[in-house]
Amino acid sequence: MSSPSFNIWQDVTRMLQYDFMRQAFMIGGMLSLVAGFIGYFVVLRHQAFAGESLSDVAFTGAIGGAALGINPLLTLLVTTIAVALGMGGLGERLRGRDVAIGTMLAWVLGLGALFLHIYSARGSGSGTGFSGVSILFGNILGIPAAQTATIVWVSVLTLAILAVVARPLLFASLDPAVAAVRGVPVRALGLLFMVLLALTVSEATLAVGALLVFALVLLPAATAQQLTMRPYRALLLGAGIALACMWLGLTLGFYSGLPTSVCVSGLACLGYAAALLWRRYAGGVVKSASM
Amino acid sequence: MLMADVIAPSWDLLADLQLLFALHFMRNAYLAGTLVAIAAGLMGYFMVLRAESFAGHSLANVGFAGAAGAALVGLPALAGLFTAGILAALGIHLLGRSRQRNDVAVGAVFTAALALGYLFIHLATSEYAANIYNTLFGNIVGISDGDVTVIAWTCLLIVAALAVLGRPLLFASLDPDVAAARGVPVRWLALAYLILLALLVAVAVQIVGVLLIFALLVTPAAIGQQLSARPAVALALAVALALIFVWLGLAVAYFTPYPAGFYITTLAFATYAAVRVSRLLPQRIRALAAWRGAA
Repeated sequence: MSSPSFNIWQDVTRMLQYDFMRQAFMIGGMLSLVAGFIGYFVVLRHQAFAGESLSDVAFTGAIGGAALGINPLLTLLVTTIAVALGMGGLGERLRGRDVAIGTMLAWVLGLGALFLHIYSARGSGSGTGFSGVSILFGNILGIPAAQTATIVWVSVLTLAILAVVARPLLFASLDPAVAAVRGVPVRALGLLFMVLLALTVSEATLAVGALLVFALVLLPAATAQQLTMRPYRALLLGAGIALACMWLGLTLGFYSGLPTSVCVSGLACLGYAAALLWRRYAGGVVKSASM
Repeated sequence: MLMADVIAPSWDLLADLQLLFALHFMRNAYLAGTLVAIAAGLMGYFMVLRAESFAGHSLANVGFAGAAGAALVGLPALAGLFTAGILAALGIHLLGRSRQRNDVAVGAVFTAALALGYLFIHLATSEYAANIYNTLFGNIVGISDGDVTVIAWTCLLIVAALAVLGRPLLFASLDPDVAAARGVPVRWLALAYLILLALLVAVAVQIVGVLLIFALLVTPAAIGQQLSARPAVALALAVALALIFVWLGLAVAYFTPYPAGFYITTLAFATYAAVRVSRLLPQRIRALAAWRGAA
C-alpha cells in the first residue's frame, strides 16, 4: 500500500478516493455502531460466552452455505438465530447456561469441521480453502455490493428494535427478579435479545470475521463500562469507541497493508487495556461496592 | 485433509479392528486419543463444575496464536502452544478478579490472542497459511512417536496434579466462600487449574484441533453431571464417555471420508441430547399426570 504523507486531510481524501474504501467506511461504521450498542447489554448480562459462541456458529453457518451451494449470508443468519434461540431456551441460570452453550458450541464446531471438509474437497486442488479463511477472519474490503443493502437493512432493523426495548431490557438485565415482579417479560426479552445478538454477530462476521467479531461486540462496550457507570452514557461511549476502532483500524490497514481485522481488534484490545490501567492507577470512576 | 481412498469396512469386527490398527499412524492416534480423553474427562468435570467453559474454549483458541507464532520464528508448534496457553491462563487470572467480571476478562484475552494469531499468519509465509486448518481442526494422521511421548508425560502430570489438588479443588469449586474461610487457597487453586487446562489443551490440539478439544472437555462432563450428583461417579462417567467418543469417532472416521472431529462432537452431542430428553420426559409426564389428577 502507499505510504501516508502525515497531512491528515490529504491522507483521508486520498484513501476515500477508492470505492472499496468508501464502502468499507460506511458498512464498517454501521456495523460498529450496532455492535457497540448490543455489546453494552452483552457485558451487562454476562453473555460474553454466548456472543463468542454465536460467532463460531456463524462460521459453521457460512461455511455450510458455501459447502451446500446456498447463499452464505442466508444460512449464516438462519443458523445463528436458531442456535441463539436454542441457547436462550436451554438455560437461564448462569451455571446451567454455561454448560448449555458449551455443549451446543462443541457440536456446532464439529459440524463446521465437516462442512469445511466437504467444501475444500469439492474445490480440490491447492489453496482452495482460502475463502474459509476469509469467513474466519473477515474481509471488509471485499463485501459484494449485493450484500451491502442486506447489511444496512439488518442494521437498521436491529437498532430500531433495540431502541424500543432498551429501557425494559436494561431493567431486566440489572435486576431480573425485581423486573419480573414489576411485570417486565424478562424471559421473552432475554430471547429477543439473543436474536438481536445473533443478527449483529452474523453481520459482523462479514466485516471482521467469525473469530474477531468479539473485538467489536465485547471490548468497546467493556471499555466504556470501565470509564463510566451511567447506563446511557456508557451505551453511547461504547458505540463511539467501536466506531473509532473501526475507522482507525481501516485507515491503519490501508496504509500499513496489514489485515483490517488485525488492526481493528488490536485497537480494541489496546483501548480496553488503557481503560483498565487508567481506572486502576488514576482512580477513574468511583468503584461500586459489588466490584 | 483429504484421504485419497477410503477403506471400506468388512463388518467382521475382528478383521476390521486388525485393519484399523494395521497402520502405525492409527496406533499413534489411538494412543494419543486415549491419553487425552482420560485427562479431558477429569479436567472437564471441574471445568463444568466451576462454570469455566468459556475459559476452556478461549484457552483452546489461544493455542492457535501460539502455534502460528512458533511457526513464524521457527520453533516447534508445541513450544508455542505451551507458552501461549500458560500466558493466557495468567492473563485471565489477573484480569478477572471476581466471577462477575470473569467473562469480559476471558473475552479480552481471547480477542488479543486471535488478533495476534492472525497477524503471525499474515507475516509468515503463505505456504504456512494452508496449515491453519490443521491447527484449527486437528490432523490425526500427523501424530509422530515424539508427540505421543509428550502427550503421555503431560497427561501423567495432569492426572498426578489432580490426584493431589482434587479434593481442595472440588471444595473450592463447589463453595468458594466457605472454602476460603476454611483456609483453602482458592485463588491459587484457580490459577493452578487454569494452567493445567492450558497444558492439556496444548497437547490435545494435535489430535482434535483447537476448535474441537472443547467437545471432549465439556460434553462428557456435562453428561456425567446430568446422570449423577456424586463427584466420584460423575468423574468416572465423564472419563468413560470421553474414551468411548474418541474411540468410536476415530474408528468411524477411518472408514469414512469425513473428519474425526465431526464424528466425535456429533456422538457427544447426540448422547447429551438423549440424556437431557430422557431426564426431562419423566418429569413432564409426572407433572402432566398430577395436573390431570388434580383436574
